[in-house]
Amino acid sequence: MKMAKVEDAPDYRLRTVIAALREAIGSDAVLTDSAERALYRKDASNMEGRTSVVCLPDSTDQVAACVRIAAEHGVAFVARGSGTGLAGGAVPMDDAIVIAVTRMNAILSVDTDNRMAWVQPGLLNLDLSHQISHLGLHFAPDPSSQQICSIGGNVANNSGGPHCLAEGVTSSHILGLEVVLPDGSVTILGGEDPEPDGLDLRGVFVGSEGMLGITTAVCVRLTPNPPHIATLLMDFAEVDDGANLVSDIIAAGIVPAAVEMMDQLCLVAVEGYINAGLPVDSAAALLVEVVGLEHRVAAEVAQITELARRRRVRTIRTAADEAERALLWKGRKSAFGAIARIKPNYYLHDTVVPRSQLTRVLQQVYEIAARHELAVLNVFHAGDGNLHPLLLFDKREPGIMERVHAAGEEIVRASVDAGGVLSGEHGIGLEKRDLMGLMFSDVDLEAQSLVRGAFDPHSLANPHKVLPSPATCGDIHQIPEGAWI
Amino acid sequence: MDLSDFAEEISDSGPVTIAGMSTRGGPVPEVRTVMAPSGVEWIKPEEMTVCCGAGTSMAELDAALDLVGQYVVIPPSGTVGGALALGHSGIRRLGNGPIRDALLQMRYVSATGDVVKIGGPTVKNVTGFDLCRLMVGSRGTLGFFGEVILRTQPRAPYEQWYCSTGDPWDLLRSLYRPVSVLWDGVRCYVLLEGETRDVQAEASAHGLGSCDPPDLTRLVHRWSVPPASIQTSLALIDAQPGCFLAELGVGIIHLDDVAPEQSVSMQVRDLHRRIKHNLDPDGRLNPGVSVIGTQSAMSEARPI
Repeated sequence: MKMAKVEDAPDYRLRTVIAALREAIGSDAVLTDSAERALYRKDASNMEGRTSVVCLPDSTDQVAACVRIAAEHGVAFVARGSGTGLAGGAVPMDDAIVIAVTRMNAILSVDTDNRMAWVQPGLLNLDLSHQISHLGLHFAPDPSSQQICSIGGNVANNSGGPHCLAEGVTSSHILGLEVVLPDGSVTILGGEDPEPDGLDLRGVFVGSEGMLGITTAVCVRLTPNPPHIATLLMDFAEVDDGANLVSDIIAAGIVPAAVEMMDQLCLVAVEGYINAGLPVDSAAALLVEVVGLEHRVAAEVAQITELARRRRVRTIRTAADEAERALLWKGRKSAFGAIARIKPNYYLHDTVVPRSQLTRVLQQVYEIAARHELAVLNVFHAGDGNLHPLLLFDKREPGIMERVHAAGEEIVRASVDAGGVLSGEHGIGLEKRDLMGLMFSDVDLEAQSLVRGAFDPHSLANPHKVLPSPATCGDIHQIPEGAWI
Repeated sequence: MDLSDFAEEISDSGPVTIAGMSTRGGPVPEVRTVMAPSGVEWIKPEEMTVCCGAGTSMAELDAALDLVGQYVVIPPSGTVGGALALGHSGIRRLGNGPIRDALLQMRYVSATGDVVKIGGPTVKNVTGFDLCRLMVGSRGTLGFFGEVILRTQPRAPYEQWYCSTGDPWDLLRSLYRPVSVLWDGVRCYVLLEGETRDVQAEASAHGLGSCDPPDLTRLVHRWSVPPASIQTSLALIDAQPGCFLAELGVGIIHLDDVAPEQSVSMQVRDLHRRIKHNLDPDGRLNPGVSVIGTQSAMSEARPI
């Protein structure tokens, strides 16, 4: 047996990389202790990876230095914001260097006239809207995790949220990005000018799940706060009536700011949690919000009310003031916290179906869960057909994870069969990587891979995510526990 | 829509170019020319989506969508594919959004002659990389567009152009979500839409008088600048009032002079080269067409 050279030994390479990182960004910003590293092994999904070293840069230059070191040594790296992703996008593979941008959380500049701002990627989504609220502006994408998720993470996932129905998802609110490319060079993609010369590289970078490089500054579009808001909670004896009303509203030419649906199990769980007087004896409720100038809001409320009556609405509760509006939204946004009252664990899914298929696919979701003897709760962005079934379980029950994963995959397949897509806002990450074939042919996937290769020829940026690779069949052991295979 | 004939025509070797209605420069001269399939496949008003061939004329698409009270944010001239390939937004961008947000799914024919699907059919989708954004504005250099699914929007019950000689930046600040605010150095043209009573109340509160839409026919060139530097940019080229229209809050300046070249970083140039190389290694699609540095050479027949 030949002796391996010391220089080739993984330990030696790792020590060299760590020394270089310490030199570049300071020892206090480089975490190597196993307990500290353990915190960065996972995101909000139930998958785990492994990292060799964690970097906490505080500037673009420091991020670039970390990436250059990774590139020089051929080591993988993963960008990380708050780690709230649900698809394993920030789970480090190949012992990757984790580059967490949480220290870069400043608002760099705000242009109120032209309604844009430059911010750092670690800034929390809701912090941005809070800090500019006195200017009458906000950042429109509002994921349910907006209190803790970062703008950089929103960019990586092209995140959505309830108010993306009228305003569009994150990509529509990103004008420009300062990025560190996988070779460690820094450039701007897109920008403040509306039509920069060349391809829309900004557009392809948004939603690329950290596989094209790392965002170090973001130029966001800001949205004026609406002068009038009406928030309606409408409940139905049949889930179908509520689901059909969604299509009725859109077909009538109304695009509300948000249309959210909660089914009975969700209403009961949330009511027990916040006591908002929710209609717990109804099969489903819709939370509908319309915004804008006075007469438009009034006209749309009248039209929606009439359409709802035709769908046998039981009661319509209109938020009388900002406090009641906040309470109704709290009901919607605290659903995930309320679930702990039913079962200790849940698995949240994210698919999109055409609005006209909502009724049918919801029915299938209930059937699939029943067949696997699982409780299911639905709370979702009905307005854009974005389903979020939550499978509830107690992971101490033997064999339960197999049933949870089997049911989950059936739900995803049913959504795609109905003309839908794998993910509306959570991304593909590791979770749905091997289901990409449900939507895309090998030729389609090759095109995505070629674009990835143009940015990152050596596949160092967040490897093994999004794109299934025929060549990695033998690497199946690399998929962390909890992922679907 | 069956794209197999289109793909066969494009084949997998030899230079080839694509023609629409030649309102945006036309095909590459003296190169074998193909045309994309045309026709509206379906309209789903309750999904706010439409599917059509890339060769469909904007006039045909607009007429079909008008029947269901909807529209797409694509400037109304030439073909759907041509508008997407150039990627220029219309003057309603401030309120209605850029053209790049309109494309949900596309099937294009690649340099290898394969039909490739990108994006997805629903209004919300993050499955895989967003290659639709890459294709809008790619000028037929990465693939030839065959069939597209577009996001539609409902038409507002009422819209009206207004004029004002007041401070244009004051108007931009204080109007609630105007569709367009155009300034020619003297006058400001404002497009408002919504409920009739809201629009009229906004107009009267800001002292706006109704008027005809501004005339952009002579202003065939466009300059893209950060909206905060519109005035500096105009001063730089000594633009005279009446000889330009600036889209306030957006940053497009419509001129009758060729706009200066934009600067492009070395890294961005490199990425362009690698993307083109990876998707079309032989450079057979629209040979000689560059997506960088040709901004000033391109013009629009009808910029609205």
